[in-house]
Amino acid sequence: MTTSTAKINIATTSLAGCFGCHMSLLDIDERIQDLAEVAVFDRSPFTDIKHCNQSDIGLIEGGVCNAENVHVLREFRKQCNILIAVGACAINGGIPALRNNIPLKECLEESYIDGLGVVNPQIPNDPELPLILDKVYPIHEIVKIDYSLPGCPPSADAICAFITDLLAGREPTLPDELIHYD
Amino acid sequence: MIETTIKSIIHHHASDPTRLLDILLDLQNQFGYLSAETITQTADLLDIPVTRVQGVVAFYNFLYAKPVGRYRILLSNCIIDTMHGALAVMDQFCQQLGIKPDQLRSDGKVSIAETSCSGFCDQGPAALINGVAIASLNSQRIASIVNLIENDTPLKDWPAELFQRPDNIQLPGYLLKQAITPGSAISSLLSRGTQATLDEIEQSALRGCGGAGFPTASKWRYCRDAEARQHYVVCNADEGEPGTFKDRVLLNQFADQMFEGMTICARIIGARQGFVYLRGEYLYLKDKLQQIIDERTANHWLGNDIAGVTGFDFEIKIRLGAGAYICGEESALLESLEGKRGIPRIRPPFPVTHGYLNQPTVVNNVETFATAAKIALEGSQPFNQQGTANSPGSRLLSVAGDCTHPGIYEYPFGTRIDQILDDCRAENTLCVQIGGPSGTMIAEADFHRHISFEDLPTGGSFIVFNGTRDPLEIAGNFVAFFAHENCGFCTPCRVGTTLMKNTLSKINSGSGSQDDIAELHQLCELISKNSHCGLGQTAPNPVMDTLACFAERYQAKVNNRTFTPDIDLEAALQEARQLTGRDDPAAHLDQFNE
Ligand SMILES: Cc1cc2nc3c(=O)[nH]c(=O)nc-3n(C[C@H](O)[C@H](O)[C@H](O)COP(=O)(O)O)c2cc1C
Ligand code: SF4
Ligand code: SF4
Repeated sequence: MTTSTAKINIATTSLAGCFGCHMSLLDIDERIQDLAEVAVFDRSPFTDIKHCNQSDIGLIEGGVCNAENVHVLREFRKQCNILIAVGACAINGGIPALRNNIPLKECLEESYIDGLGVVNPQIPNDPELPLILDKVYPIHEIVKIDYSLPGCPPSADAICAFITDLLAGREPTLPDELIHYD
Repeated sequence: MIETTIKSIIHHHASDPTRLLDILLDLQNQFGYLSAETITQTADLLDIPVTRVQGVVAFYNFLYAKPVGRYRILLSNCIIDTMHGALAVMDQFCQQLGIKPDQLRSDGKVSIAETSCSGFCDQGPAALINGVAIASLNSQRIASIVNLIENDTPLKDWPAELFQRPDNIQLPGYLLKQAITPGSAISSLLSRGTQATLDEIEQSALRGCGGAGFPTASKWRYCRDAEARQHYVVCNADEGEPGTFKDRVLLNQFADQMFEGMTICARIIGARQGFVYLRGEYLYLKDKLQQIIDERTANHWLGNDIAGVTGFDFEIKIRLGAGAYICGEESALLESLEGKRGIPRIRPPFPVTHGYLNQPTVVNNVETFATAAKIALEGSQPFNQQGTANSPGSRLLSVAGDCTHPGIYEYPFGTRIDQILDDCRAENTLCVQIGGPSGTMIAEADFHRHISFEDLPTGGSFIVFNGTRDPLEIAGNFVAFFAHENCGFCTPCRVGTTLMKNTLSKINSGSGSQDDIAELHQLCELISKNSHCGLGQTAPNPVMDTLACFAERYQAKVNNRTFTPDIDLEAALQEARQLTGRDDPAAHLDQFNE
């Protein structure tokens, strides 16, 4: 996948996630230097690039909870050769999807109308705000996903092993130790 | 008052937690449903955790934690009943009774819902009303049922013709031609000797008729040789595979012979206690079966000192299931017999060494016991002079679907599919499902193949589909069945069957892409290789078979995009648009943006 000269592009984003998966990526510690030898970050919280450019690898944290998530996810799909669902939220909806069993109306009313200490109660309706979906969806239901990296978050070692495999042009595999949680 | 009733019911079942299922069924008969209070008191009185009782109530389809109608209608949604108009029946009932599926009418009188195949595919559409089967539903019968319900006529006073359920034996063979004389096989057993009788069954090479085809004599010998306090004989009358109804017919006409087979088994393995696990759908047969047991006991073919032989003691109890297909799997059945959720056990150990209450147990199908009795009487010869080298004997087929003469056909193993299609007058046949949803679907190119363990094995279901049917809709029905009936214990099956169902209905609705077909292939592989029990291991069969036989139909249904979303994005925003009153461009999403 890589030539020895050109660095490969990695783009990352967090949709309906907690940034825990990104934090886990940072937990690869000094190995990030090795990564920087061969890769550069495109859109990601490290660079603050607003729109994803053509990239080799896209890492998506979080599920899809609103219209903006859909747009961002689609842009990543368009721009990234390999798109990876990182963490439970991207794969299943995760923690944010706990709201899926509660009607949207009740969720919004609890937050913006009936909730403790709410002033000027109203359901926000500014067109600037991303409109919320009825449920939180896993990203593979919206776009084609090439790989899933499980965990909440996946451990730094798992992320590292996965990306190392991809960089080496190997089909990524995760040994049991890295995806065994009990 | 409530408490005394609960007490007396529990007392009636010896306050034995292994009788929990019976206790709950009785309580439900008494109170209409199982309230939180009933559940808590039951747990207290039995001295078991309330979660165990709640778990059992939640597991079985025929146990209700919420009020249901005093008249409870359950319509079979089996593919054959659907082909015969079950949807229209549902509409007519709903319209005439003024109800909706899964809702209780405001006066509490009536409720209606779907249920899995109820075993009347040769005379569908069929329903269970307060647990009692009614077949051949048509407008006229629906109208009279509605009338009886609205007039509060108790079920026992409904006209008998509503409950006519013909056996439709179309082609009798070795087993069905004539039932043995009650007691005759026991006499043969006693004169030939126990070991010689087992040898005879071994000689016959009889293999289990419930599906797996395990050699019956080996099973009995393993069980006999396992040392233990008690040995048990269990007859699997759970017949849940959609399209199968041969056990119902055997239970109706050959139950005596089946009991005799169980008794012979008991003598060989040294059991004193036997059970018939009768599927809840066949509740109407229970009294008749009990009566036969009573007669046999009166004639000393059951009970103590059978046929005058000191110490030849064996009794049989009937235990009722409660609407769970998985309880046909033998280890789930044993769990259910012990009053638990029907979750298949980890095997090994197998029931022959660790079965009911952890004691050595033989579990056999109804047909297996009935056949064993005949072999014990007549010897192995008449049985195994028919069939093929690897599959001696004959097999009962429950033939239904698109054919003029549905019913029971008994064929020697080795009979070709095209011959069966001729016999039942099937025309313009597109495909045949052999062995039910968990079996094999074959298309015309394979109609020369034959029924046998080495070619097309079957537990008895034989469903014919003609050219007007859509194989993908058929697969969709089958997969929905597995998604509904799996026990929920292991993830590949629990989640995988629902994913298969959703992906297939996405394709059937016309919004599928190439990617969904690839997804189905992957899912099938994953579910069949990683599931804990036979249900999950075979649940992908309808998808795999249709993908193989009807690939072009899948292609015709999917669009030429590489990927399409699983959800309707505009619809997913609708609620929020409503709640916020927004309709600006950002409040909408295109379904496809490529
Ligand atoms: C999901 C599932 C459902 C089954 N349902 C039945 C059934 O309804 N009746 C039956 O006799 N066997 C059924 N079986 C097979 C039983 O597990 C068992 O093999 C059989 O009762 C043994 O009896 P036999 O040797 O006489 O066939 C089922 C198996 C599975 C995996
Ligand atoms: S998977 Fe866990 S760590 Fe990652 S975004 Fe979701 S909640 Fe946070
Ligand atoms: S395969 Fe399905 S039915 Fe069998 S144990 Fe697993 S979840 Fe239950």
